[in-house]
Amino acid sequence: MVLKVKDLVFAYSGVKILDRVSLELERSEVLGVIGPNGAGKSTLIRCMNRVLRPQSGKITLDGIDIRDMDRIDIARRMGYVPQASKNSFPATVFDTILMGRRPHGGWKSSSSDVKKALEVLKLVSLEDLAMRDFTELSGGQQQKVVLARALVQEAEVLLLDEPTSNLDIRQQLETMEIIRRLAKERGISALMAVHDLNLAARYADRIVMLKGGRVLDAGDPFSVLTAENIKAVYGVEAAVKEDDCRPYILPRGSVK
Amino acid sequence: MSSQSKVIELDIIEAQYTQFLGKRYLFLLVLALITIALAGTAVTLGVIKLSIGQVYEAILHNFLPDQFQATEEAQRVVWNIRLPRILFGILAGMGLGIAGAVMQVVLKNPLASPYTLGISSAAGFGAAVAILLGQGFFGSYLIAGNAFVFALLSSMIIVAIARHKGATPEIMVLSGIAIMYFFSACTTLLEYFADSDAVKGVVFWMVGSLSKASWNELYVLCFVLAVCIPILVWKSWDFNVMSSGDETAKSLGIDVDRTRNLSMIISSLIVASIVAFTGTIGFIGLVAPHIARMVVGGDNKFVLPGSALLGGLLLAGADVVAQHIMPPVILPIGVMTAFMGIPLFFYLIMRRRKGYW
Repeated sequence: MVLKVKDLVFAYSGVKILDRVSLELERSEVLGVIGPNGAGKSTLIRCMNRVLRPQSGKITLDGIDIRDMDRIDIARRMGYVPQASKNSFPATVFDTILMGRRPHGGWKSSSSDVKKALEVLKLVSLEDLAMRDFTELSGGQQQKVVLARALVQEAEVLLLDEPTSNLDIRQQLETMEIIRRLAKERGISALMAVHDLNLAARYADRIVMLKGGRVLDAGDPFSVLTAENIKAVYGVEAAVKEDDCRPYILPRGSVK
Repeated sequence: MSSQSKVIELDIIEAQYTQFLGKRYLFLLVLALITIALAGTAVTLGVIKLSIGQVYEAILHNFLPDQFQATEEAQRVVWNIRLPRILFGILAGMGLGIAGAVMQVVLKNPLASPYTLGISSAAGFGAAVAILLGQGFFGSYLIAGNAFVFALLSSMIIVAIARHKGATPEIMVLSGIAIMYFFSACTTLLEYFADSDAVKGVVFWMVGSLSKASWNELYVLCFVLAVCIPILVWKSWDFNVMSSGDETAKSLGIDVDRTRNLSMIISSLIVASIVAFTGTIGFIGLVAPHIARMVVGGDNKFVLPGSALLGGLLLAGADVVAQHIMPPVILPIGVMTAFMGIPLFFYLIMRRRKGYW
């Protein structure tokens, strides 16, 4: 067991965004977090690497409470891919990726950092953009750069906040395949918030379904992605089929 | 086959990156050389006519008295007047340049400068208290001491508010603007009740001048910069990460609030030590970082030293122009940097690249 969340509560000025959320993330596991807008997916992710401070509850990484860890220790062990990224001053794609080496380094990047950034650049196929400016890229390209920055961090846990929201269909699949491959080959654990239920169904080992800051259901894709759950959480009528040993969701319309 | 071509491609990228870094180091080197050349030229210029040979003999005479002969007058002019002024101009410009660059990046605000955050009006108020009321800290350095204390006080207030309410750029910028108006109002009130000669003294102090520079001030500033600049440059990677957003920076292990407070305090300390001796010299801290970024991009490892060198060059250059444009009148340096800085600033705004600031 790598990451354990127990009874997490987070509130903004009295309004509970997360209400006693508990979940577990195993080694080598890809965990999909699904739920409608405002369900608390992003807040959950940002509590997990202590970008936000939850009011109560406990998060442990290999048994150690993350409140007892330095920010830099957390950064060495958890990589984070935010939903959107904005640079207030110019930076090249390569320098942006190199930032992922900051938790490991001193005051500037070393040549081994550069080597690692080059490898990741290749992994996400961004070689031709290396010297371009980050803000000149399309939303999808920026998203891949940010993913690369988290990958070069070499953390054992990846927290991804809708990593495919700006990507075209091929890049969505490529990104998911990269995450899945890293999980299986390098023992990395990934927790990702996803909107696309079929991507979650196809690439997640387990799924946690959130609604209104509470865990409504958790388990393997077949047990969570049922027509009843989808109706309860999203208010959507859907048929659930099977394809390639995974559930496949066909939305039929919103519940009147 | 395909994997081999990829390997070559990575080598090309690495070479490009090395070249990219090399160009930036070269830029810094060129700036440093131009600065030295400017100092070397400026020392030969002045109201008292000395030949280039006399000037350099006077400089070298101090180190090797046996080999080089120099007249008493040449010695005095070069060592007591010209050299401290040029060196002080360069160091003050460096300090203002790097402080501006740091404030802009940690506050994520391209308009931040050492002066938009109330430091100058606070220093001005401190000086006005000293000039008009004869009250203040540090006996013989009454005006400078007062200006220094008030300049630091203004940034302490900002940092204190930030500690209480969270060190976000918005809170810091808004507090800075409020402080600026507050101290301006205080100064106006003092001037309103003071006699006109004393008010003239305050106005002269405010426009800024390098004429008060002597070796003692130079040593103080040198010490402050020698301590502060390395700390800021050492933090440059953190600044880069912070400009990708506070959340990203936190996720990459940076204590954002602490870094922001620390860098504000350090840059305020630099600015306070300069303003105390020179008065308000505008635009260097705003313009130098922007020019540096236009040349080297956003990597603060280069932006910070680049802003320092450009600031030194701009300020020392402006002072040379201010001294020699209509001799024997020496124009106030604060006016000169504004006159030279504003057209440059407009030019930069007109040709700014899309997407930033």
